[in-house]
Amino acid sequence: MSEWRLYEVFVRSKHGLNHKHVGSVHAADNEMAMNNARDLYTRRSEGVSIWVVPSNAITASASDEKEVLFDPAEDKVYRHASFYKLPDEIGHM
Amino acid sequence: MTEQKALQDYLLRLADSDMILSQRLCELCGKAPAIEEEMAIMNVGLDLVGQARNWYEYAAEQIDDGRDADKLCFLRDALDYRNLLLVEQPNEDYAVTTARQFFFDVWHYFTLKSLVDANDERIANIAAKAVKEATYHLRRSSEWVKRMGDGTEESHRRIQEAFDLLWRFTGELVTPDETDHTMFKAGIGPDPEKLKRDWFGMVREVAAQATLKTGAEDAWMYMGGKSGVHTEHLGFILAEMQFLPRAYPDATTW
Repeated sequence: MSEWRLYEVFVRSKHGLNHKHVGSVHAADNEMAMNNARDLYTRRSEGVSIWVVPSNAITASASDEKEVLFDPAEDKVYRHASFYKLPDEIGHM
Repeated sequence: MTEQKALQDYLLRLADSDMILSQRLCELCGKAPAIEEEMAIMNVGLDLVGQARNWYEYAAEQIDDGRDADKLCFLRDALDYRNLLLVEQPNEDYAVTTARQFFFDVWHYFTLKSLVDANDERIANIAAKAVKEATYHLRRSSEWVKRMGDGTEESHRRIQEAFDLLWRFTGELVTPDETDHTMFKAGIGPDPEKLKRDWFGMVREVAAQATLKTGAEDAWMYMGGKSGVHTEHLGFILAEMQFLPRAYPDATTW
């Protein structure tokens, strides 16, 4: 067991357009990871497509970089498209 | 043997084999080697209970003596059980659990695949639903066989020993008796010759990929489960499985 790799599981739901991270599983190989993900995360009809990715293949941002990476975006409201006036004929976007 | 008698017999075989294997798998609840495996095994077990229920319900209608699905399942004794001997064998280590599942899954998959075309609509419908589950079961167990066989020295030794241990119960899966022949002639059951070819074909193919040896097709085989002559294990399974409804026959909710 301790030798099994950790995989991250991403599931696309019936009406979803993108895969969402739902959790992780342990498995000895890719096929087992897929089976385990299927059995753990889609047994209540949660999904129609699964991705499994070895956890160590993911490069994650470090929490101590949070300020450097994300704070600068906070005062740049002009990057949101909320200041444009929409012509009436476009309707809801 | 009348066709009606053979049909009742055949439905009970399908139901009992599903039920007893599922009972064996559920023994692993809380004891599986990994939490992911536990979930997977319980899923397989629950699939089999669901299928057993469908077969029992149809069997109850065909037998038509007042017994319902629950009574057929919980109030028949070992001599009346018609499951394959293979499925009542103990879990032992995970290699034996896996080999048992694999041998069964190959048989189950080809049987259900054929029953999808049965000229009995009810059977065809139940099989059409069940074969999807069985396809996944087979995929899962054959991958495990390859993983163990082609894995470490210890996993190879264990799964080979499991193959050797259980081989003597596999003949029953593909050796037709009167019921099987009658069902085939009636356009319901699978062609016994084809089932045998398919079973050996797939088992040998997976075994080769797993670097495992299989036994001989003409090896001496234990038979009898399909006619109610069981190994000593079935009585203990039934004692545990049937205790509650026998002790509290009037209870309607647990």
